[in-house]
Amino acid sequence: MSSVQLLSVAGVSKEFPGVKALNNVHFDLNEGEVHAIVGENGAGKSTLMKILSGIYKKDSGTITYKGEEVSIPNPFEAQKLGISIIHQELNLMPHLTVAENIFIGREDRFPGGVFLDNKKLVEAAVALLAELGLILNPNDIVGELTIAKQQMVEIAKAVSYRGSVIIMDEPTSSLTPAETDALFAIIRSLKAAGKGVVYISHRLEELEKITDRITVLRDGEYVQTLKTSETSIPEVISLMVGRKVAQDQRPENRVIGTDIVLSVAGLSDQHLLRDISFDLRKGEILGFAGLMGAGRTELARAIMGADPKTAGTITLHGNEVKIKQPSDAVAAGIGYLSEDRKRYGLLLNQDITFNVILSSIPRFSNKFGFLKVKSAAGIARDSIAQLRVRTPSERQFLKNLSGGNQQKVVIAKWLTRDCDVLIFDEPTRGIDVGAKDEIYRLLTKLAEEGKSIIMISSELPEVLRLSDRIAVMCDGRLTGIIDNKDADQNVIMELATKFSAGLTSVN
Amino acid sequence: MSEALHAATKAEDGNKVAAFIRREIGRVTALASLVVIFTFFTVMRPVFASWANVSGGILMSTTVIGLMAIGVTFVIITGGIDLSVGTSMALVAVITGKTVMAMHLNVWSGILLGMLVGTILGAINGILITVLKLPPFIATLATMKGAQGLALIISDLKPILFTTDVKGWDSIAQGNIIPNFPNAVLILLVAAVIASIILNKTVLGRYTFAIGSNTEATKLSGVKVNRWLVAIYALCGLFVGLAAVVMTSRLGSAQPDLGLGYELEAIAAVIIGGTSLLGGKGTISGTIIGALIMSVLINGLRILELQQEWQYVVVGAVILLAVYGDNVRRRRAGETTH
Repeated sequence: MSSVQLLSVAGVSKEFPGVKALNNVHFDLNEGEVHAIVGENGAGKSTLMKILSGIYKKDSGTITYKGEEVSIPNPFEAQKLGISIIHQELNLMPHLTVAENIFIGREDRFPGGVFLDNKKLVEAAVALLAELGLILNPNDIVGELTIAKQQMVEIAKAVSYRGSVIIMDEPTSSLTPAETDALFAIIRSLKAAGKGVVYISHRLEELEKITDRITVLRDGEYVQTLKTSETSIPEVISLMVGRKVAQDQRPENRVIGTDIVLSVAGLSDQHLLRDISFDLRKGEILGFAGLMGAGRTELARAIMGADPKTAGTITLHGNEVKIKQPSDAVAAGIGYLSEDRKRYGLLLNQDITFNVILSSIPRFSNKFGFLKVKSAAGIARDSIAQLRVRTPSERQFLKNLSGGNQQKVVIAKWLTRDCDVLIFDEPTRGIDVGAKDEIYRLLTKLAEEGKSIIMISSELPEVLRLSDRIAVMCDGRLTGIIDNKDADQNVIMELATKFSAGLTSVN
Repeated sequence: MSEALHAATKAEDGNKVAAFIRREIGRVTALASLVVIFTFFTVMRPVFASWANVSGGILMSTTVIGLMAIGVTFVIITGGIDLSVGTSMALVAVITGKTVMAMHLNVWSGILLGMLVGTILGAINGILITVLKLPPFIATLATMKGAQGLALIISDLKPILFTTDVKGWDSIAQGNIIPNFPNAVLILLVAAVIASIILNKTVLGRYTFAIGSNTEATKLSGVKVNRWLVAIYALCGLFVGLAAVVMTSRLGSAQPDLGLGYELEAIAAVIIGGTSLLGGKGTISGTIIGALIMSVLINGLRILELQQEWQYVVVGAVILLAVYGDNVRRRRAGETTH
């Protein structure tokens, strides 16, 4: 391995309103090196990558590239310096060909600069693909290629800028094991050519195969940089989660009944979910942990009938229910509180009353279809009092409420519908710290009143604080269900990174 | 009541009025514009304000577009659009005319038949949009052309005359249940009141707003959105059917080639009336005001003997002004436009 330093990041910080996303972070990259950056959701990996590729501006610190301090004000500048990024969501134009995508914005033209020289473009693409050893036809339409091949196009595009640093954000997240191996071969040839690769992945097993060093971030802070040959996955995991576990709160030892309210068996969908089975008991909070993209939201939407299932049954109170659309789930007594309230939960331009009765409008109308305005306003006022929604009146528009109060209105909607099963997806996302505690108390109270709750959360302390049991997902599969008393952050992270199908070498 | 309390109540009333104006500023502005335009023409040509011109000219010419616009208001509040209302009206007129003449139906059966055929055509739009998942613009563009063709085919390109066999067909629109007040205008008024009640007081109206505010959230709340959308497009069709009946009564015939272009006038009336093309917001009274603004403009400009070509330009300018004004107002209020 060459030891010539390509890139060095020193003391970089970045603050967003209310959040310190990066605090005094260090990172460096040598020629011919693959250097991984790992951390939990929200550790600051993406923020750091966005600073390096010119999407965000750092607040402080220095970036040195090939021995000179540089500023990277925009993505153009990053590319000009020689830093390319391959985003997790591929940024290709599906209707254009491979060659057109690779050289987009830099097309060869005939003299005069008006007409495109397609022949030259294809020749350049052929040469580049051959150099990288990629088997791709430059004239193929990108949208018709597999995801793996599209990724190769992205890599070719990144290399075509003749830069020295290539950042790969979760490059294997949608690849099969064979495709992953092919990607690794390409990465090795980039290494051999002296490029530096910054590698971000949730799949920790991959790190042993492809990386030279690993830098761990946690809560926006730099933790440690390890040589891959001198460390182990458990050590990396403990560094990732190693926060002050002592101050974590746990639920009081509540006695949960044995009545099974909801039972999901063998549920799969077309893209991600594979054979998921679990039971939810009366009065229980079942936490769902996992990394982003593990399939938790997809599971919730499949249970609700919002997205199609390919297999599996859902049983409520011992009777199988057919759920083909959300109205079936709601009729059966299942309510879903989306992580994206504004998009999937609320009518922002309508008032509290309208939102509270939205799921129960038939109950608030007479047999001629006329609304009972007074009783609707009454239930809205009751909900406001019961859930302590801070608002001047039930006629306030939702867009004028804070995130926490909007969340309470969504909860009120489902309580008005009298659902037995409530699925909370990231119940405290976008809610400030004070209101979080209130939402926590509310969830616990609902469980004590006999509601059965599925709580999806990416914040492990939140999962540990509220859940009676914790289900962990990874890559569309359920990798374990553990009792709260047996759970800690290490155990959960281990299950959350346990890829049963991600790699050929997993034992 | 003590002085202080009295004053406080008064202030609160004042606030209520201010709040009302703030909330209803769209309709208030539209109504004010209508009054200003009306006054302008009256000053220029006093004959403009004569009852003969107002009832026979302005109000009468508002009826057909007004009825269609009522139906379209529901569709636009859901965030959709219906381009087929104009040619659907021609198709309903032709089918109703043929059937009434062939089967010697009486007036009431004829009216019901017209509304039924309109409802079916509307429901077809709804089914295309929900079952085939076509965008409303495309689905209704297709049915617009289809209805246009079918109207011409069924009528064999000839107008269908309502002969005197059908007693009283002409008085549907032209009779006077109330002296000096054309029935067509009465029909429009009653239809507007009923539509307004449906929109504001019933389950259907509530779901119309919910779907337009946030279709996904409404679906996830357990509402059978597709079913309600079919009902809403069918309701739009019902008003189109009624418009067809009024049209044939006014003309004494069903004209297979009359209707194309009406859809855009109806949509313009809805937009001028303050209903948002983004969905989730709108009123029937605003739509009626919007339709009146257009009739008053056309009628007034004609009395001023402005060339017809220029009349179009003025109407275009008014649509621009109305929507631009609405945008400015929203931005000032800091409203989200989704």
